[in-house]
Amino acid sequence: MDIFEIIGPIMVGPSSSHTAGAVRIGLVARKLLARPPVRAELLLHGSFAATGRGHGTDRALVAGLLGFEPDDTRIPDSFVYAKEAGLDFRFDTVELRDAHPNSVLLRLWAEPDGKPMEVVGASIGGGRIEIREFNGIKLRFSAEAPTLIVKNRDNPGSVADVSYLISRRSINIATFQVNRSSRGGEAVMVIECDTPIRQELITAIRSMPDIVDAVGINP
Amino acid sequence: MIFASVTNLLSAAEKSGLPLWECILRHSAEESGIDPAASRARMRKCLDAMREADASYDPQQRSRSTLVGGQAEKMRLQAEAGRSISGEFIGRILAGALRMGECNACMHRIVAAPTAGACGVLPAVLLPYAEKYGTSDEELVNALYIASGFGCVIAQRASISGAEAGCQAEIGSASAMAAAALVYLHGGTPEQMANAVAIALKNLMGLACDPVAGLVEVPCVKRNAIGAMNALTAAELALAGISSAIPADEVIDAMRQVGLSLPGALRETGKGGIAAAPTAMRFAASFFG
Ligand code: SF4
Repeated sequence: MDIFEIIGPIMVGPSSSHTAGAVRIGLVARKLLARPPVRAELLLHGSFAATGRGHGTDRALVAGLLGFEPDDTRIPDSFVYAKEAGLDFRFDTVELRDAHPNSVLLRLWAEPDGKPMEVVGASIGGGRIEIREFNGIKLRFSAEAPTLIVKNRDNPGSVADVSYLISRRSINIATFQVNRSSRGGEAVMVIECDTPIRQELITAIRSMPDIVDAVGINP
Repeated sequence: MIFASVTNLLSAAEKSGLPLWECILRHSAEESGIDPAASRARMRKCLDAMREADASYDPQQRSRSTLVGGQAEKMRLQAEAGRSISGEFIGRILAGALRMGECNACMHRIVAAPTAGACGVLPAVLLPYAEKYGTSDEELVNALYIASGFGCVIAQRASISGAEAGCQAEIGSASAMAAAALVYLHGGTPEQMANAVAIALKNLMGLACDPVAGLVEVPCVKRNAIGAMNALTAAELALAGISSAIPADEVIDAMRQVGLSLPGALRETGKGGIAAAPTAMRFAASFFG
């Protein structure tokens, strides 16, 4: 039991799930994109869609996309900061299947005309979040620990390759999931580690055969 | 596990020979693998953030729904003019609780304690107390450890989430934590803190979570005021040597049971209680259009 979940977090109000959690979803999505987004579509589901406006969920999500932390007092004015940062965004609502009531589907572009990245994030209470979908593949991670996300062509050798690269750097693996796309062909590994993930490891993983992409996010 | 029950918490402190706050600090730091000094610095930051939030209040500001804002200022003026029924100290506590609740609704930076909706209760009693009795910041930080220790037990045995167990778990828990902190500051024993926790929780047992339009505004802001007054009441009783007929752990378990039996309409869905009053429904319809 962490006492700072009882006294704390220090956060911009009014709601840990609808505000602080929303900032965190935006922030993790930005880290997954690995570059500042220039364009974003934010599709709100369930309670996010119903009461999000009154809770500032919209401004919180955009703040996260700009890289603000949940205690950043600029959150209420994030739309103004988005303009300054050249982030073009649009809100809408969506009905996601089997989604948590506090969910959002984020479509993010690192270049205006490129292919967007898609993330579904859920705010599960007390400011904690889970990423539930990444580019159409269902998965689940909290982003509370350093996390590696590796997309590969579905080939059993890839798991061994990636594990080897991690263990050679004496990094402890806390959890390891492999999530396959229902369409087949591609899989996503989600690896939670005990120590921060460095760019050098990501570069090494990217150079392996059958790896499509890899990103690492540190809390 | 010292946070599994109030009994464990108190006996762990007694066995260690440490003051209760220090026992809570050491155990929690060890559990999360952080240095006790770092924990203390972090708690100190929470205290500073409470003060900053209180100072950030703007009487002109209204929440996005326009339901909330400016009320704390009315209470402050009333108290300062000496017109409050129960005197300036109580008036200040009431104003402080409203101020923090309004700050939260207006998207200021606050300290969730234990939640954002209930963030006004602890600072509302601690800050005026410290001013009146000249309490040092070090003592206030100790008091926050006391509050968090009892809060941990409530979170583990029952809940601190309105969506799970109703407002008794948010404002009720905040009030119990604040009551224990006040007993500590006023020189009470750990047993008296446990009694204050039990009394505070009993007084708010069954409180529904029924936010109008699902927003943390009505009735949340004003419930911070009653949470603070209830903390003061429970602390006064406990300090006078009055004990709770039902031990704190059993009260917490009862609160859990009540939470489980609350219908969904009374657990933060904005569908029952005050949220279902005709005026509330009209408001919700016009706000979400
Ligand atoms: S009514 Fe519900 S949302 Fe409001 S303070 Fe109480 S528990 Fe929190």
